[in-house]
Amino acid sequence: MDITRRRLLVLLPAAAVAWKYVLAGTPEASPNYHLTDHWWSMLIDIPKCIGCGSCVRACSEENDVPEGFYRTWIERYHVSDWRIERPEVESPNGGKQGFPPNADVSGKNFFVPKLCNHCADSPCTQVCPVGATFVTPDGVVLVDKNYCLGCRYCVQACPYGCRFINPKTNTAEKCSLCYHRITKGLTTACCEVCPTGARQLADLKNPKDPIHEFLKTHTVQVLKPQMATGAKTFYNGLDGSVR
Amino acid sequence: MAAPYGRPLCAGYRTLFKDIEHLVRLIAVIAIALAAFVILRAAVVPASFGQYGHYRGAALPETAARPIAFAGHEACEACHSDVVDQKKQGRHVVVACEACHGALAKHADDPASVTPPKLNTAIVCARCHEANSAKPKGFPQVVTADHSGGIACDTCHQPHRPKIEAETEAKSEAKTTKTEGKK
Repeated sequence: MDITRRRLLVLLPAAAVAWKYVLAGTPEASPNYHLTDHWWSMLIDIPKCIGCGSCVRACSEENDVPEGFYRTWIERYHVSDWRIERPEVESPNGGKQGFPPNADVSGKNFFVPKLCNHCADSPCTQVCPVGATFVTPDGVVLVDKNYCLGCRYCVQACPYGCRFINPKTNTAEKCSLCYHRITKGLTTACCEVCPTGARQLADLKNPKDPIHEFLKTHTVQVLKPQMATGAKTFYNGLDGSVR
Repeated sequence: MAAPYGRPLCAGYRTLFKDIEHLVRLIAVIAIALAAFVILRAAVVPASFGQYGHYRGAALPETAARPIAFAGHEACEACHSDVVDQKKQGRHVVVACEACHGALAKHADDPASVTPPKLNTAIVCARCHEANSAKPKGFPQVVTADHSGGIACDTCHQPHRPKIEAETEAKSEAKTTKTEGKK
């Protein structure tokens, strides 16, 4: 079909109307979910983690994470008896297939699952030049993949290394705290499959959430508290060697 | 030009504004530029931008609209009550179905046409129970090569209730205090 002036004049308003629907987005999926009623966080109980990699596999499958990239991953720490200040950290394939037996069984060995800390004062959202990443009113740091330019500022800004550029879409990607699940009343994929309960999704605004009792009775830390990011992924039994 | 309120204009004012035509042109240019900015901004900035903050508010329902892959153990338990009863008798009661069986939201949506694959217990069980010095000491671990020699774990164990019956009976006969569910 030749694009004549007449046809173009008809097509342009039609395209404008279509674009309006694109900008308006899809309708609200869960009408009973109220943004201001929640303040999501996660609790990681390090002494319970067995490094099985179930969370990494589940996350990849649930969120279609490209091979070689991880929204959550597991690190194995080896703190030797005399070089305490130099812990050895490894994460083969993000811990997706578990871990081979330790070469050195002496010293202290443990697993640390990592993911986005969903910081309340996140550095990554502050550096975004277009407002494509943000903290939602319910406390989740999300990326708007339809608005992201792929400039990589946020990837550099995250002190926890939680972001990457998806090679397929060329946009920033990170843990969404399974926003499509938690808004439907489900837990995250990683928490769902964790066999030992080492990962727990928590809603800090829900007074009945068991996290409140846990936080009162345990010594709980966040990663890099000196960065003042307002991190909301809480770690129980966090060793001082963990970076 | 007549001075306002009949007062004579000072000489400086008169020389500065002897002809206000250029000001009218300037104002017209600014007004057109402003109008163009407002129209362009309304056309380019997404409707929901600024709904909650400096971002597109529509991104939230868009993110939330993604289909789920893992149905959640409540969905499984709605049908498989026999497995729930079995699991209650053992320590695997805390392990969600999809931790071993994998993502099965499609099966939950359409149980008749989507059937979960059969699991190879020699691989699935070892993911958690293969001995590793970094695992918590209380967690049951074996070196599979020594323990089973690579044969499928469900040859002896029932995965939903993994403690072997004879072993439990022998222990209760010996009046040991060690019970199921205790570390």
